[in-house]
Amino acid sequence: MGYKQYILVCGGTACESNQGIALFSALKKAVEENGLVNDVQVVRTGCLGFCEKGPIVKILPQDTFYVEVKPEDAAVIVKEHIIKGRVVSRLLYDKNQSKINVGIEGIDFYQKQFRIVLRNCGVIDPDKIDEYIARDGYKALEKVLFEMKPQDVIDEVSKSGLRGRGGAGFPTGKKWSFAAMQPAGQKYMVCNADEGDPGAYMDRSTLEGDPHSVLEAMTIAGYAIGANMGYVYIRAEYPLAIQRLETAIGQAREYGLLGKNILGSDFSFDIELRLGAGAFVCGEETALLASIEGKRGMPTPRPPFPAVKGLWGRPTVINNVETLANIPVILLKGGLWFSKIGTATSKGTKVFALTGKINNSGLIEVPMGTTLREIIFDIGGGIRNGKAFKSAQTGGPSGGMIPPQFLDVPIDYESLAKIGSIMGSGGLIVMDEDDCIPDIAKFYLDFTVDESCGKCAPCRIGGRKLLNYLDKICKGAGSYEDIENMKEISEAMARASLCGLGQTASNPVQSSLRYFMDEYKEHIDDKKCRAGKCKSLLRYTINPEKCVGCTACARVCPVTCISGERKKPHVIDELRCIKCGQCFEVCKFNAVNRA
Amino acid sequence: MSTATTQAAAIQKLTPELKAFIAEWKNKPGNLIMVLHRVQQGFGYIPREVAFEVADLLDVPLAKIYGVITFYNFFKLKKPGRNQIQVCMGTACYLKGGEDIIQEMEGILGVGLNTVTPDGEFSTEAVRCVGCCGLAPVMVVNGEVYGKVKTADLQGIIAKIRKA
Repeated sequence: MGYKQYILVCGGTACESNQGIALFSALKKAVEENGLVNDVQVVRTGCLGFCEKGPIVKILPQDTFYVEVKPEDAAVIVKEHIIKGRVVSRLLYDKNQSKINVGIEGIDFYQKQFRIVLRNCGVIDPDKIDEYIARDGYKALEKVLFEMKPQDVIDEVSKSGLRGRGGAGFPTGKKWSFAAMQPAGQKYMVCNADEGDPGAYMDRSTLEGDPHSVLEAMTIAGYAIGANMGYVYIRAEYPLAIQRLETAIGQAREYGLLGKNILGSDFSFDIELRLGAGAFVCGEETALLASIEGKRGMPTPRPPFPAVKGLWGRPTVINNVETLANIPVILLKGGLWFSKIGTATSKGTKVFALTGKINNSGLIEVPMGTTLREIIFDIGGGIRNGKAFKSAQTGGPSGGMIPPQFLDVPIDYESLAKIGSIMGSGGLIVMDEDDCIPDIAKFYLDFTVDESCGKCAPCRIGGRKLLNYLDKICKGAGSYEDIENMKEISEAMARASLCGLGQTASNPVQSSLRYFMDEYKEHIDDKKCRAGKCKSLLRYTINPEKCVGCTACARVCPVTCISGERKKPHVIDELRCIKCGQCFEVCKFNAVNRA
Repeated sequence: MSTATTQAAAIQKLTPELKAFIAEWKNKPGNLIMVLHRVQQGFGYIPREVAFEVADLLDVPLAKIYGVITFYNFFKLKKPGRNQIQVCMGTACYLKGGEDIIQEMEGILGVGLNTVTPDGEFSTEAVRCVGCCGLAPVMVVNGEVYGKVKTADLQGIIAKIRKA
């Protein structure tokens, strides 16, 4: 029995939380009510990426792509589209379109994207192993177990040029070979799914949309390095991803794809979950291992590297979710195929969580070497409300701010490092003219200071000092001496910190000092914040010529510092003003000035 | 006398389910964090008396347990409100006004962050990125995600929860 049509409903967190669950039930109900259960299947898939316009519904085989669908639209979709074959134009991305078979080709967001990691996200039901298998799932594992020696697997991965997608970009094949070289015995394979970078959700979406791809890759890696036990270290803040992984592990065991003698071979491998508990530093390999061991997640000096001495002192390979999701494809299509995608030093694709002041927020996957301009203006649809682009941040709190003059730099590990940022795990945050650079640097430092484990002095003390200076500058009390001190501390932190967190924590400060010094100068010399973000530097006054005395501002002021008679111009007592900005927002006559 | 009774009533004990969970994990290496997760799932936080029990059952020093609890942001030592509000302060949400949401929420509830309202109904915390950046600014109430939140929506959301 085959279905004639499929209705795919995005089951990513963003869509689900936006009435997506109700929509899914409504569609199922509508299909039932019209007696179509044998012809039409309603599938809840992983993230389709276009979070901005969610919830998303896609209909196959016509490939129609509906956006911002509400539960009450379910009946119309079934009646019009499914039964009568007529497109529901008002739910299309391009509302003027009237043809039914308009898929994602018409949507700029999907042009220039190339999906390897996200190949199954939004296509299969992540809770059904059969759907993964139908899309060549576990075929790579079968090939590896019966046709390849462990060394062949490592060679193939090395040939692909795949580098770690967690941030540092270490060659994956090399990492595996280090662990494989260790004498036989207990070894471990760990998947790092502790996606702590604020503003990034690539791993979450991959695990929610295609959990089996990560399990298959871990098993392959286990075979290559000689490990029989794997752990997925995942954030406790991702309940849906945890649930889907648990389901997937259960199914894989049932199918003989995990456990003893996988597929009848003499290789055994099992996977368990370990939950993180909200510590950014646990993204660092050695800290992550300490956390799996049930301890405080504090890093230890390397060497020894985990590949030699890792979990409970045994050789351990730690790979990020996105790195792993590439593996089955590489082994099926060959390392050579993969190495043809991307740039000279950075192969394959990269998934980014594109967010901030951008028109099309969402999850995207592009070949390495794509430029920021293509990502922000072609895929992302440009800056919200027609504002001017100011900066883009890759690598989250560990990355740097990229100014407009580098929009045409191709994105790969080396070119990002050259301009003072890092590839990072894939957060890509876009800032516009309304964002204040010192304020953002302060936001990131506030984060890293909070998350510093406190073990080494450069990170613990240096971070705090940087934060204090930034705070001073944002309050209009900064000096050029502070700037010099910040530069010196930044350098010391980068060179002397124990782990990646401390070594990169000063990147937002260093890059912003390099590219946006004019904004720091304004804060120091003119006591001015052009974006209007630094509250202490703002001054609110009422223009007596425009004020009609409607009293709206006086009524809304929480500290009653606005006085004046009805129908006469009002005055703000600047000494008592707490700069909350409510008068500015409430005034209908543009009489309140903010400077 | 009345204080004695309320105190007695307030003492939290491990439930049989939790004890069974601990027994199941006792011999697995690195069990502590998984056990603490389960305890917090049960109580909403990690009560001191329960931490004592866990120390006994797992045979680890209490100091180590507190070392772990205080290291990780996720674990709570104080009982949260009956309704838990989390306002995302990830970068995308910060840029789109997450701080304003927190201020407004503090104003509506009359208590600051990480403090329970006097009626025990609400507590608000700022969290790092819940991974729904496409919907920024985001807040989570009792596990339900609210996206593209405006300060003007907050009164309504709180009122709805109060009624429920």
